[in-house]
Amino acid sequence: MFNESIGKRSTPVKNIVERGAVKKFALSIGDPHPIFIDEEIGRQSRYGTNIAPPTFPRVFDFGTIESLHLPNKGLIHGEQIYRYNRPMKVGEEITCYTEVKDYYEKKGKQGEMGFLAFKNYGTDANGEIVFTAEQLVIINETIRRMVMSK
Amino acid sequence: MTTLTELHIGDSLHSIELAPVTRLDLIKYAGASGDFNPIHTIDEEAKNAGLPGIIAHGMWTMGNLAKLFSNLYEIGFIEEYKIRFKGMVFLNDVITLQADLKEKTGNRYFFNVAATNQSGKEAISGEVIFKTY
Repeated sequence: MFNESIGKRSTPVKNIVERGAVKKFALSIGDPHPIFIDEEIGRQSRYGTNIAPPTFPRVFDFGTIESLHLPNKGLIHGEQIYRYNRPMKVGEEITCYTEVKDYYEKKGKQGEMGFLAFKNYGTDANGEIVFTAEQLVIINETIRRMVMSK
Repeated sequence: MTTLTELHIGDSLHSIELAPVTRLDLIKYAGASGDFNPIHTIDEEAKNAGLPGIIAHGMWTMGNLAKLFSNLYEIGFIEEYKIRFKGMVFLNDVITLQADLKEKTGNRYFFNVAATNQSGKEAISGEVIFKTY
């Protein structure tokens, strides 16, 4: 069912590393370090501006993948990897898209589980990759049946 | 502030013990991240999903863990941050964040990182590669 989605990509979406969103995010993870939120500290830093925490891409819109319909409940987040070429700067525009890398099934304690692997990309104004993020989503048997029967 | 260059293999960055997890923490993270899955904020939805109560977003814990490195951004950045979600974090859990240096190659520092609960059980664990400029 998810096999057909392997290799599919979303249409890229432009996102801004918005100052207010970075501040709200940093506070929500209990990390109000001045490098993220103090304008003056940001200006004086090697980055010339504030930067975003490494898990901030959680906020971005990566676009939707055509014909991939995931349930909004019952999914388990198994693994998450971020790779950065440099930190993201507050105010810059990041173009984001996602790709289905893999789908496989394995028998586990709770029946047949589905494993869906995504890779997210974030590129800057020059088209250079700033970060990639890989995500493994686990779909349990009940949810898998539900999706299949639709 | 920890001086990275003074760390030896096996040394740890200053560990952090978080205050007990509150519902407000998770509501704030839902709002900041846009992840409104109700199992993180609404008791009834968590119970319907077969959970004993609401659980923290895995990404909330992963976000928290990264703050061990926030003091070091003037000298480098997190090049790779790899996490496996192992156990659930419930309300009132007391989470401890830890990073141990396991290897150093050139300007790359390889850390084992983990967030463990009050019983010593890992909620998340993984690796951070911190690259200095």
